[in-house]
Amino acid sequence: MIQALRTRRGLVVIALAALAIALPLLTQAFDQRYLLSIGTRVVIWSIAAASLNLILGYGGMVSFGHAVFFGIGGYAVGILGHHGVVLGWVQWPVGVLAAALWAAAIGALSLRTRGVYFIMITLAFSQLVYYVGVGLEAYGADDGLNISRSRFPGLIDLRDRAAFYWLCLALLGLVLWFSARFANSHFGFVLRGAKSNDVRMASLGFPVFRYRLAAFTISGALGGLSGVLLANHDAYISPAMMSWVKSGDLIVIVVLGGMGTVFGPVWGTVAFFVLEESLKPVIDLFRKGWGEYWQIVFGPILILIALYAKGGIDSLLGGRRDGGGGHG
Amino acid sequence: MVEPLLSVTGLLKRFGGLVATDNVSLDVREGEIHALIGPNGAGKTTLVHQLTGQLAPDAGSVRFAGLDITRLATPQRARLGMARSYQITSVLRDFTAEDNVAIAVQAHRGHSFRFFADARHDASLRVPARAGLAAVGLDARADTLAANLSHGEQRQLEIAMALAGAPRLLLLDEPMAGMGPDESQRMIALLAGLKERRGILLIEHDMEAVFRLADRITVLVYGRAIATGTPDEIRRDPAVREAYLGDEAMPC
Repeated sequence: MIQALRTRRGLVVIALAALAIALPLLTQAFDQRYLLSIGTRVVIWSIAAASLNLILGYGGMVSFGHAVFFGIGGYAVGILGHHGVVLGWVQWPVGVLAAALWAAAIGALSLRTRGVYFIMITLAFSQLVYYVGVGLEAYGADDGLNISRSRFPGLIDLRDRAAFYWLCLALLGLVLWFSARFANSHFGFVLRGAKSNDVRMASLGFPVFRYRLAAFTISGALGGLSGVLLANHDAYISPAMMSWVKSGDLIVIVVLGGMGTVFGPVWGTVAFFVLEESLKPVIDLFRKGWGEYWQIVFGPILILIALYAKGGIDSLLGGRRDGGGGHG
Repeated sequence: MVEPLLSVTGLLKRFGGLVATDNVSLDVREGEIHALIGPNGAGKTTLVHQLTGQLAPDAGSVRFAGLDITRLATPQRARLGMARSYQITSVLRDFTAEDNVAIAVQAHRGHSFRFFADARHDASLRVPARAGLAAVGLDARADTLAANLSHGEQRQLEIAMALAGAPRLLLLDEPMAGMGPDESQRMIALLAGLKERRGILLIEHDMEAVFRLADRITVLVYGRAIATGTPDEIRRDPAVREAYLGDEAMPC
């Protein structure tokens, strides 16, 4: 903690964490409940981005179907709730496990491919689940389904927006802590080694496929957790949760924030939401109704970051402490 | 008779109409450097790929340390004690020199499904890694990213990585490629000290190095082993002179 204050990154993290913890109090004081809702979404998306970062950032696996885990986690909550199983103690583990199982299954197939083929096959599998969601007439099909939030009797009421926000924030903290341990663990070293040179890792004696599959499964499980949270935030599920556009957004967020860094997914999510929320009204000022096309401005910003800040936003905060393989 | 460490029998590999490995048999004994020479395109690297399991042969068998390993996958062969270096330098460029050797040590420490312990400060990896770097003379470069090492240093790093698991067989694919004369001399001295208690299959174009280091030499031409013998026998072999060495290239 004391040491963290000595680096720019440490200061930013602590300041942002303090602001994040105080956010519900601030939004209440200034009567801006809409902001708390955005804050909660930022936290949930950060969890999803951090889970994608485990495979994309540390493992170099460009999975173009990560939003599918929003959907699996979300539909687990929604479908169970629809049939009267409202206990979070049941819904949440089912959501996370279902996501992990699906990740293990598609990982076992798609991790046998490389490069563009891997991107396409993960996209194809996520589209498959998307259209299953569209076909689920019993659960609202295209229109989605209003759901009731998970119940944790005697522990927490998720309808309390501030309490729910803090719960999500605590879970994000846990996920980031896990990422940091993961990155420097024996497993993390193997995964990063395989990203750097997988042929070499195999000839050293590592069954690379197994390690990648394990990482893919863990990533899917945490992605499922973010889906569980998203469904509880929106009190609504629909196939749109897992559209390929959302998968693309997640990749953009991870790259924007800094691949293979612990906090990069958070920076990326914050930047993405701040730009989305601010570009829309600003563009509307110039020309009414054009705010919808905020991505026309967002795109060039991304290109600039890709060109001039290769390590993403995280690299602007000074030398990398994690990822890579460098010391210091 | 003691079974050789590695014995290759009747190995055959075709790529379409091209026979890249044509019924090759050879063996590597413990304590010897067996050099594999031949002109470019003779199929030396293809042969090594079949020994490490990166390519599956169409026929023939590979036995290593008393086991038939013809059908084993690359990582399994590595864990049995077979290590290699690559013709084209193959290190983990985003890792420091020390991390490169540490991960090679880690490969021989059971599974790595450990998600929490800090591998960066694991003495059981770091101490042997630093010793391995020192053995090839890279200790001063421990914290340098492999990508920033000179070509010669990267070759040395590859040797350190190959040695990390205390392998019984080293497959060295042109360890001297692209090295300056000084670097070559150092590499020759290093390799000469490595054959104790293990076998080495050395592919090399540097004939001076081959004839100084090798206990036996096999000559490969168009995928076929045309001769095997001591350096003296190879030097005198008329077929070898005809096919490959050329009188002026003969070191004396």
